[in-house]
Amino acid sequence: MAGDVRDKVSIICFSGDLDKALAAFNIATGAAASGMEVTMFFTFWGISMLKKPTGRKGAASLLGRMFDFMLPKGPAKLPISKMNVCGIGAALMRRQMRNKKVQALPELIQMARELGVKIVACSMSMDVMEIPREDLVGVDEFAGVASFLREASESRVTLFI
Amino acid sequence: MKADEVVDARGLLCPMPIVKLSQKIKALEAGKVLELDADDEGAKADIPAWCGKTGNEYLGMEDAGGFYRFFVRKTT
Repeated sequence: MAGDVRDKVSIICFSGDLDKALAAFNIATGAAASGMEVTMFFTFWGISMLKKPTGRKGAASLLGRMFDFMLPKGPAKLPISKMNVCGIGAALMRRQMRNKKVQALPELIQMARELGVKIVACSMSMDVMEIPREDLVGVDEFAGVASFLREASESRVTLFI
Repeated sequence: MKADEVVDARGLLCPMPIVKLSQKIKALEAGKVLELDADDEGAKADIPAWCGKTGNEYLGMEDAGGFYRFFVRKTT
């Protein structure tokens, strides 16, 4: 049986968009700062923000190399979900955030780690996109749906972003 | 109101004021009062909400002209 419901938040980070990632990490850091336990599951496009900026090393199939080439390499490269316009919108958004002194996504991720937020990467997505573990940074656990459901069953707050 | 410690979160936006607050209050002894200075309008709702969530005591807010001083007593 799953454990009792605790003061805990589970967030699925499915999107690889900067704006949605900011929302997810804002909630995660806020919850951790309020004494809540937080787990974030990164799946599909969300995996991109855990990638190292160096990109793919070593051998991969043609499709695997294409995924690596086409998808953002790390949190500093994410597009925005609206008005991206080939990255111009994302660049303007980042500049505006800097001017307004909002934490940039890489800093927010670092903050989340310091506050003890657990980072879990979906091993199925990694397999599909041929992303090896060495290409990701700061992952506490590699897991699948059963792990998420166990954590979600113990959580008061569950979000899909 | 007199505080034992002051945290400056002016110029910082959500979620940084409560992140700063949580980090600073950890080092404080129970019963001590922390002052948080912030100019984010959202903090007026968020600081009392954070206190309610964490069980620390919200003592109130002063308008310092351009920013707010929030007072929190550590209880947990």
